[in-house]
Amino acid sequence: MFEKYFVFSPYFWLVLFFFIPLAIIFKISISVSEWGMPPYQDIFLFDNGFKINTTFENYVYIFSDYYYIGSFVNSLILALISTFFCLLIGFPLAFYIATSNIRLRNILLVLVVIPFWSSFLLRVYAWKIILQNNGILNVILLNLGITSEPLQLLYNQYAVIMGIVYTYLPLMILPLYGYLNKFDLNLIEASKDLGLNRFKTFFKVILPLSVPGIVAGSLLVFIPVVGEFIIPEMLGGSDRLYYGKILWEEFFVNRNWPGASALAFSGIIILVLPIVIFQILYSRWSQKNEI
Amino acid sequence: MKSSLIKSTVIFLGLFFLYFPILVLIFYSFNENKRVMVWKGFSLRWYNELFNNEQIIEAFIISIKIAALSATFATILGVMIGYSLVRIRKIPFKSFYIFLSSTPLVLPELILGLSMLLFFISLNNVIGFPSSRGQLTIFISHVTFCIAFVAIIIQARLTDFNKNIEEAAMDLGYNYTKVLYKITLPIILPSIIAGWLLAFTISLDDLVVASFTTGPGANTLPIVVFSKVRLGLSPEVNALSAILMFALIIIGLFYFYFNKKFKH
Repeated sequence: MFEKYFVFSPYFWLVLFFFIPLAIIFKISISVSEWGMPPYQDIFLFDNGFKINTTFENYVYIFSDYYYIGSFVNSLILALISTFFCLLIGFPLAFYIATSNIRLRNILLVLVVIPFWSSFLLRVYAWKIILQNNGILNVILLNLGITSEPLQLLYNQYAVIMGIVYTYLPLMILPLYGYLNKFDLNLIEASKDLGLNRFKTFFKVILPLSVPGIVAGSLLVFIPVVGEFIIPEMLGGSDRLYYGKILWEEFFVNRNWPGASALAFSGIIILVLPIVIFQILYSRWSQKNEI
Repeated sequence: MKSSLIKSTVIFLGLFFLYFPILVLIFYSFNENKRVMVWKGFSLRWYNELFNNEQIIEAFIISIKIAALSATFATILGVMIGYSLVRIRKIPFKSFYIFLSSTPLVLPELILGLSMLLFFISLNNVIGFPSSRGQLTIFISHVTFCIAFVAIIIQARLTDFNKNIEEAAMDLGYNYTKVLYKITLPIILPSIIAGWLLAFTISLDDLVVASFTTGPGANTLPIVVFSKVRLGLSPEVNALSAILMFALIIIGLFYFYFNKKFKH
C-alpha cells in the first residue's frame, strides 16, 4: 500500500509544480501579446463561440532578430570555450587524483569538491576582487614589470570565462574522476610495454576509455553555462550579450512575457530535450540488459 | 621520478587555483579600510558591522528557514522517488516519471525560475492563490528543484545495496512496510542525511530562482548580497563571505562523511 504513496506523492508534486509550469511557459509563448496585465491574450476565447487564439509570432520575432539569435550564439560559444578550458584543467587533475594511492585520493577528492560547497555567488564575487584595477593580479603584474599600468581585467568576456571555469570546474572533475577511477592502471603499463610512447598511450588508451566521463562532465558544464546569468552580470561588460541576460530583460524590463516565454521554451527544446531523450533511452536500455 | 614531479605540480596548481580566490576573500575581510582594495591594517571592524546590519541578519534568518524547510520536503519526496525508481517495478508512465525527476537537474535555473513565476501568477488568476509571492513561493520552487538531487543520491545508494537483507527479512515474516521502516530506511539513513545537506546548501545558495519567485518580505541572503555587489564591492559582504564559506565547508565535510559511510 505504501508503494502507492511512494510513487504518487512526488509524482503529484512534480506534475503540479514542475510540469504544469513548463506547460504554462509553452502556453504563454504561443499567446498573442498585448498591452495590459497580464500582457498577453488568452489562447481560448469564448466571447463569440469557441475560438483558439494562438500565434507563432513570438518565435518568428525572436528567431528573425539578430539581437536574440546573436546572444544565443554568444552563449553557446561561451559555453563551448568554458567547457573546453574546464576539460583542459580538469582532465589532468582528475587523472592524477585517480592514479594516486587510496588515502591521498580521498583527501584530494574532498579538497577539490569542497570549494563547490561554498557559496557560488561569493566565489564569483572573489574574482571581482582579484581582477580589480588595483586588485591582486594587477599588483603582481605591475611588480613583475610585465605591464607598466594596470590592465582592465574586469567587465569583459575574458573575466566571464575565468569566473565560469573557476566555478564549474568541480562539475567537470567529478564525473571524469568517476570514470578514471574505474579504469585499470595496468592498461597504461601494458601499452608502454607494447612500445607505445606516452603520447600514443594517452591518445590510444587513456582518452578513448574516458570518453563517457568527458561527455558527462562536459554536459554538466555546458548546459547550465548557456543559461548562466549571474557570472556575466557580475564580471562581464557590455561587449557581449548572453542568452540569460536577454531572457531576464525581455521579461523584467521589456515586460514581453510571450517573447520571454518563447525564448525560454526554445532554450528547453534546443538544450534540454536531446539529453532527456538520451537519458530515458539509456535507462530503458540498461534495464533491459540487466534482466 | 620525473612523472611524479609533473603529477605533484599539476595537483598543486589545481588546488591553488581552487583555493586562491577563497583565501583572497578571507584576507580582505580583515581590512580596516572602507575602500576594499586599499589595505589599511588588520581589523574586525566589518565583522562587527555585519552583526549589526539588520537587513543582512534578517535575510540570513529567512534563508535558513526556507532552506531547512525545503530541504526537509525535498528529502522526503526525493527518497520516495529514489526508492520507487529502484524498487518498485510498476510505475505508470515510467518514462514520464524519470523525465519529471531528472530534468530539474539539467534545466537552466533561469528557465525554471521563469516557469515558476508564470505558474504562480497564472494560479493566482485562476484560484486567487498565492495572492502575493514571498517565502512560500520560494519554498515551493526550492523543493521542486532540490528533489532531483536527493533522488539521485538515494537511487545510487539503493542500486548498490544488498537486496538479500530485505529478502531475508521478508522470509522471516516481515511485510513490505515493516521491511521498509525497519531495514531499508535505517540502512540508507546516512545517504538521506547527505541528501538533506545537499538540498539545504543548494537552497541556501540559490539566487536566480529565488529572484523570480520572491515578493515583499522575502529577501533571501543571496538576493541581498547580489544587490550589494552587483555594481561594486562591499566590505561587509567580505566579512559575510568568510563566515559563510567556513560554515558551508563544514556542511560539505559532513556531507562527505555521511555519503561515504556505506562505501566500505
